[in-house]
Amino acid sequence: MSNKPLTLAEKLWRDHLVVKGENGAPDLLYIDLHLIHEVTSPQAFDGLRLAGRGIRRKDLTIATEDHNTPTADIHLPIADATSRAQVQALRDNTAEYGVRIHSLGDKNQGIVHVVGPQLGLTMPGLTVVCGDSHTSTHGAFGALAMGIGTSEVEHVLATQTLPLQPFKTMAINVEGTLRPGVSAKDIILAVIAKISTGGGQGYVLEYRGSAIRALSMEGRMTICNMSIEAGARAGLIAPDQTTFDYLKGRPHAPEGADWDQALADWSDLVTDDGAVFDKEVFIDADTLDPFVTWGTNPGQGVSLMDSVPDPESFSDPSQRAAAQKALDYMDLKAGTKMKDIQVDTVFLGSCTNARIEDLRAAAEIIEGKTKAPNIRMMVVPGSARVRLQAEAEGLDKIFKDFGADWRFAGCSMCLGMNPDQLAPGERAASTSNRNFEGRQGKGARTHLVSPMVAAATAIRGTLSAPADLEQ
Amino acid sequence: MEKISNFTGIAAPLKLSNVDTDQIIPAVFLKRITKTGFEDGLFANWRQKEDFVLNQEPYQNASVLITGSDFGTGSSREHAVWALKDYGFKAVFSSKFADIFLGNSGKQGLIAGVISEADTEKLWKLIDENPGVEVEVDLPSQEIRLGAEVVSFDIDEYTKWRLTEGLDDIGITLQNEAAIAAYEAKRESWKPKTLPAKGV
Repeated sequence: MSNKPLTLAEKLWRDHLVVKGENGAPDLLYIDLHLIHEVTSPQAFDGLRLAGRGIRRKDLTIATEDHNTPTADIHLPIADATSRAQVQALRDNTAEYGVRIHSLGDKNQGIVHVVGPQLGLTMPGLTVVCGDSHTSTHGAFGALAMGIGTSEVEHVLATQTLPLQPFKTMAINVEGTLRPGVSAKDIILAVIAKISTGGGQGYVLEYRGSAIRALSMEGRMTICNMSIEAGARAGLIAPDQTTFDYLKGRPHAPEGADWDQALADWSDLVTDDGAVFDKEVFIDADTLDPFVTWGTNPGQGVSLMDSVPDPESFSDPSQRAAAQKALDYMDLKAGTKMKDIQVDTVFLGSCTNARIEDLRAAAEIIEGKTKAPNIRMMVVPGSARVRLQAEAEGLDKIFKDFGADWRFAGCSMCLGMNPDQLAPGERAASTSNRNFEGRQGKGARTHLVSPMVAAATAIRGTLSAPADLEQ
Repeated sequence: MEKISNFTGIAAPLKLSNVDTDQIIPAVFLKRITKTGFEDGLFANWRQKEDFVLNQEPYQNASVLITGSDFGTGSSREHAVWALKDYGFKAVFSSKFADIFLGNSGKQGLIAGVISEADTEKLWKLIDENPGVEVEVDLPSQEIRLGAEVVSFDIDEYTKWRLTEGLDDIGITLQNEAAIAAYEAKRESWKPKTLPAKGV
């Protein structure tokens, strides 16, 4: 074996290689952890049944309910019949095959990408897959984590492996110190605006640099979570003391001699000096502003201090057309200051920004302040445990006193598969990850923002930074 | 899976880039627990507009979609591929596909072929000049033929082989049982197991 310096992504690939593909065939990689939810799994279980196959490693598989689940009155049966049937299918399938499940009402239920790390199942050096594109979240631990389709869910259930074509590698170097009011969400929105929604296609992104090192695990998860919005197959951050401290003592974290061995193995999970990335991108954290989107894809973002761009300013014809179409859909005029955009709803939630630190950051800003009239604010914790933690800290009271709706955990308004949707034409500042047409409800308009911007916006009624509150 | 070689069908021009999976099939249509019946969800919001391309007479029976760059971005939902197939599409061509969509297409026997931006424009122009024109899609030779015009497309060799042979991915992998078992035998003991459940 050669001693060629390797990137972190290449090491993870090497460590999971079961069969090297020949003559253009993909490599076969072992999968350490398979997360399941109700939307992308029923057809996979059906496929197993039809083929008479079993689950190879139910001890590496875990399910939860998140996309369809209501965030109010969760003690009642799910009102929507098709949602109820889909959740029931997951319960039936996991019971039939002996897969661990955390159902609505269980204290470990929540958004699948919040639950895995919380239980200490997500850790460095793993391959993690889930039938959900935001599986990239788990890359924050130095795991190779990928969203997969339903056929691949079936494949992993049956074989605990996946055939994969090797990826290219891209370094995202973020150097400097974030200013107050600027967070991980702003970094990733700026990255996507820079490289575009297709810029990461075929790549595994590795986020590096002093600004990344300074982030908590939750901030790192926010960044890796949105790697898919740049088109990347996965996002990674090398594990360090912050990672180990987060993991230590969690229910499924290694213990005793296993912990020591794990630490020894994890210490190798860095990109070697001299390793070459296929591409490098640089972001200056010192000068970064809060970032918000103006359009209908996550790459259509600007600094909150800027204005809605003029489609004519795009040299590429397809980008120009896309910008015009986005402005029409968003009902925005070029040149309007982002801070003059009035919103109707503020959504604090999703696998991107509904962890305890996100709730704390927003609560700190709204505490003792008055909500803008006509603003609806909905707070949906990422998991039942995040909700419990927030309540133990009194955050729920701060949100309720402010006039926000304090909900139970789930994907909720991020994609509106449950009743939490925006009305046609309604405009939201949302801490979620996608501002696609109709994503949060048919005809709904979404501006992606950080939890701090969401909180300031709820107070002022227009897209705002926390600094605007001091004026 | 059915073997695919070549076929002829009406080509529809979808002149948009960044068509994400929420446009291909909005989330409210993802609740079915079967693999079929998703045709109503295909481009559901856009199809409510009269001027949408698939609402135009010649394109209602289209089986080939010629679309702009970055098709299939966003969610991993394989329902996007099922919806296209259930509607009747057998092939989609774009200058760039999102990775997960590309993978899902290959699993489901939907040809996702990469053509240049210039060829995309050329095909759109030819279709506009002759709405409802049929094209021949030839997978083995990786060509789209429209009258005298021939446009070649890229598809990775392995996927092409699987599609033309109609092979089941899981069946191929299970031939490596010994290698998988050998890998499992040397897996690190610190790696997590979901069972027995802890933290409950």
